[in-house]
Amino acid sequence: MKSYDLIVVGAGIVGAACADCASEAGLRVALVEPGPIGGGATAAAMGHLVAMDDDPAELALARYSLGLWQAMADLPQAEYRRCGTLWVAASEEDRARIPAKLARLDAAGVAARAVDARELYRLEPALVAGLAGGLLVPADAVVFPPAVARHLVERALRRGTAFYRSGASHIGAAAGVRLHDHSELSGPVLVATGCALPQLLPGLPLRPRKGHLAITDRYPGTVHHQVLELGYADSAHGEADSSVAFNVQPRPTGQILIGSSREYGATTPEVSLPMVRRMLQRAFRFMPVLRQLDALRLWTGFRPVSADGQPYLGRVAGRRDVWVAAGHEGLGITTSLGSARLVVDLVLGRRPAIDPQPYDPARVAR
Amino acid sequence: MSAPVRLQINGHGVEVPPGTSVAAAIARLGLPFRRSVQGHWRAPLCGIGVCFECRVRIDGLAQQRACMLPVREGMQVWTDA
Amino acid sequence: MRDGYDVLVVGAGPAGLAAAAAAAGHGARVGLIDAQAGAGGQVWRREVARTGPALARRGIAAALGHPGVAWLPQTQVVGAEAGALLVEDPQGGRWLGYRALVLAAGARELLLPFPGWTLPGVTGAGGLQALAKQGWPLRGCRVVIAGSGPLLLAAAVTARRHGAELLGVYEQAGGEHLRRFARGLWRWPGKAAQAAWMRARLAGVPYRCGSVVRRASGEARVQAVEVDGPHGLQRIACDLLAVGYGLLPNVELARLLGCALRQSGAHPCVDTDSRQRTSVEGIYAAGELCGIGGRDSARLEGAIAGHAAAGDDAGAARLQRPRRHARRFAERLDRHFALDPRVRALAEADTVICRCEDVPLSALDGHADARSARLATRCGMGACQGRICGGALAELGRFPRDGSRPPLFPARLSTLAADPVSFRDP
Repeated sequence: MKSYDLIVVGAGIVGAACADCASEAGLRVALVEPGPIGGGATAAAMGHLVAMDDDPAELALARYSLGLWQAMADLPQAEYRRCGTLWVAASEEDRARIPAKLARLDAAGVAARAVDARELYRLEPALVAGLAGGLLVPADAVVFPPAVARHLVERALRRGTAFYRSGASHIGAAAGVRLHDHSELSGPVLVATGCALPQLLPGLPLRPRKGHLAITDRYPGTVHHQVLELGYADSAHGEADSSVAFNVQPRPTGQILIGSSREYGATTPEVSLPMVRRMLQRAFRFMPVLRQLDALRLWTGFRPVSADGQPYLGRVAGRRDVWVAAGHEGLGITTSLGSARLVVDLVLGRRPAIDPQPYDPARVAR
Repeated sequence: MSAPVRLQINGHGVEVPPGTSVAAAIARLGLPFRRSVQGHWRAPLCGIGVCFECRVRIDGLAQQRACMLPVREGMQVWTDA
Repeated sequence: MRDGYDVLVVGAGPAGLAAAAAAAGHGARVGLIDAQAGAGGQVWRREVARTGPALARRGIAAALGHPGVAWLPQTQVVGAEAGALLVEDPQGGRWLGYRALVLAAGARELLLPFPGWTLPGVTGAGGLQALAKQGWPLRGCRVVIAGSGPLLLAAAVTARRHGAELLGVYEQAGGEHLRRFARGLWRWPGKAAQAAWMRARLAGVPYRCGSVVRRASGEARVQAVEVDGPHGLQRIACDLLAVGYGLLPNVELARLLGCALRQSGAHPCVDTDSRQRTSVEGIYAAGELCGIGGRDSARLEGAIAGHAAAGDDAGAARLQRPRRHARRFAERLDRHFALDPRVRALAEADTVICRCEDVPLSALDGHADARSARLATRCGMGACQGRICGGALAELGRFPRDGSRPPLFPARLSTLAADPVSFRDP
């Protein structure tokens, strides 16, 4: 039986980052993945690196990760572009949220500023008339997540990480995993399988939350920033069975990525045209010019949602050598690098750079 | 025979028989169509709206397939030239 | 229940026209849609300033002239839900409801990559024919036609009529195959007459078997081609190269609707029974979509589908014998024009495979499926949605195309947001 210092299960961006981080620390690492690298939620994601501030723990992890993302800024295949996030206020009520949001970002050390209506249209001339203003976070960026996942895996492989193109069917009572091909690996296990988490760790509640995205043909110069409505958090954090929010992103190709939708209870990957309709009609309200652009593709993905919205990062309660990094919902790209660093620090017995307690899986043990 | 249709391609006036496609009208002027994402010249391949190599800007709308559209009087066409 | 047509026919080529006419003949309210501006499909595509052949005129008139048929040109199918299609026309997006659906979306050319195939001036063989019929200028143009199948001759005839100087037609199939094919043609007198007619119109044009275009070269556009024939390599200076390796079925909508497909060579086609029923209740398929068979089997299958969709089984039964005869011709075509392995080996490491995203062949090494290649290289992510590179990669034995999703063609975002309730039709 092959033995490793750490067996990372799942090569989405989180697992890839964990393998990268652990191999950098000198551990002998195995990475287990039956599908394409970054082929799950990583491939479906927008790739928006954003300082989400709706919760202090979420913001702390995002802030920590955004710092680590700087190291990817010059990696060509990452398609990293610091376009900034422009939060737009549809109403005076939305605009009233800006000072508190600014204060939260400021407290976390994220540079941001309020934008009046005149500047809003200078920044994004395609926005619909009559918006009340907004908030700009200049350092937020966009990336192409599956390419980053592949880069992280390649780097880990160069450091000697062993790659197993197989799924893990079972975690051993002591430690180690059994693979689908019945071979067994021994050593501490770190589960980073996103939505598939319950298959290996049924004790950690996790729900898939389906999302739709559309991408257009190339229309360079139409959109300049990642633009979201300030009410986005209502959709992201609401408990409604389904919700949509205005969220568009300029790709480096000149294409425009359009989101977003959130659905609980939808478990098949088919594109739902009724959901697409709602999502696009929301987007047209903020950016009518989108109506006449050609869409090339629609696709769906599933966000892994934990019991309380925070990811599970750390040791699985009651298991000596089983660790988890999963449940990042819609923020898994942004927080992947920080999550990996934090978990690997815990595995190594090092003190993480941020307080790991809010993400400790023990909080929801059942 | 019905009267020719007049349109503008990259600012040049051109008259073609009705029923002519925008792609054929562009070819009559000997103009290039588009540049690929790496900057290479491309021109129609399939002629039936499948390959998308003939995309041009028509009446302000980018990425239109020139082979699928018959010319219309007063049409404004811009290629990547 | 949504308002809509009794029978909705997708595609107005010989199959779709026959389906529409047959269904309307039984009193059905028929909608006939096609992405092109004119009816006739590719084989009966109308030429600028010229009337079409009598058979085409009759086939088009029988459908478009019928009061029960609503003709909806420039209408592209984008998506589907149970009993309705989301379509886009120049006015915008809308939903068309149906009780029965006849898929007659035809075929596109199999275009295989070789060094220089992205140069302006290189088109498909059928591509050249379609462009010429749209008014593309060919007078005095030196044209090389290459690839495989009877379409090469048809393209050559069209090009010559438009004033092209034909330098030669280069067929990849070997001479012995073609002689055997010709010897069996007497069983299809119409085909034999058509072949003789085309050959007469191509008098003086070299027709070479066992010949493959290996390379096109030129600065900003094609200036010369390199032909590999039985007597070695030959360089030919030209202004246009038209090269196509036959046809492949447009199964995207059928696949989205969940119709069972079967493999025909490297490419899928729609599986039907003798009444042209697909595996999905109320959905029929006819013509090239069910396997490349040519105009005659398309017309017959279209009529069978039209009768069956309108509930006339006797009408559908009457056409079984001629349909089988026409299909046998297609099987011969397939056998005698089978691709020479060297055609699949023309692309070099730096030859662009995905023309939309400029992805070279070497970038695809190591990818086992279309999705993995797409994520890593953008191959197939462009506007053609993998229609060109996907067909080529399947033929090259790399990997098959993956599933269908809306939008089936690039469509305006406003189309994808079209409300099904507010667009009841007719």
